[in-house]
Amino acid sequence: MPCKLFYDAESRSLLAELSGDIDHCSAKGLREPVDKEIMTRLPLHLILDFSGVGFMDSSGIGLIIGRYKLMNDMGGDLLITDPCPEVRKIMELAGVGRLCRVIQSGHRSFSGGVKL
Amino acid sequence: MRANILNEMTVRFPSLSENERFARLAVSGFISSLDPAVDELSEIKTAVSEAVTNCIVHAYRDTVGEIVLQAKLLEGKRVYIRIKDKGCGISDIEQAKTPLFTTAPEEERAGLGFAIMESFTDRLKVVSRPGKGTTVTMVRSLKTRKASDGDKNKGD
Repeated sequence: MPCKLFYDAESRSLLAELSGDIDHCSAKGLREPVDKEIMTRLPLHLILDFSGVGFMDSSGIGLIIGRYKLMNDMGGDLLITDPCPEVRKIMELAGVGRLCRVIQSGHRSFSGGVKL
Repeated sequence: MRANILNEMTVRFPSLSENERFARLAVSGFISSLDPAVDELSEIKTAVSEAVTNCIVHAYRDTVGEIVLQAKLLEGKRVYIRIKDKGCGISDIEQAKTPLFTTAPEEERAGLGFAIMESFTDRLKVVSRPGKGTTVTMVRSLKTRKASDGDKNKGD
């Protein structure tokens, strides 16, 4: 599975752990399950965990912008965690930091209690 | 191109989305003899991925056509990559290069393909004829990490 989803009802946070390469081919398979979960759970916070992503091209930027817009339309926000330096560089080039926070959390994922 | 060609390869493949990965890995394998740094390799793979994705998403939109990927290793640790399609072509290249401009927003394209190719290579040349196709040529010099790598006259 290129994407594992965890939902924390208390904080109404949806965590999506992305993995593998993000390109035009794989983006669709990541987009659909995340959007389905957003529309079902209506989270206040979406956390995209990039720690498992080794490669990303501009399709990943499209993926981020699309999820940002969806969360924004639903009254929620987006947080990006732990991109590797190569992926972070593309995010910086695209100005992703203007849309949402990009943080290095220092620890792998949560399953029921992220502090925002 | 005046520099001596030390090695070269050409691969042809149909414009199927799964070939984006194949194209990156083909170039990655081809330049591995130069021992590129992690960031350099990642940047070259990204540039290739952008160019090939353009062929798939734009040039051959709703059809499948042939993509020709050519790579050469030139003297002085320079990597030359040419990606050619016979798709729809680009009528306004400057507009296509403009960051955030895209003709495929429904596909969630960010409009950053050429901007990324430009940032991650030393030279980017785009030649296109509407209805005939597009050729993207990129050249990227790799850092010399060991003093001995500076010797350009290693026989081939």
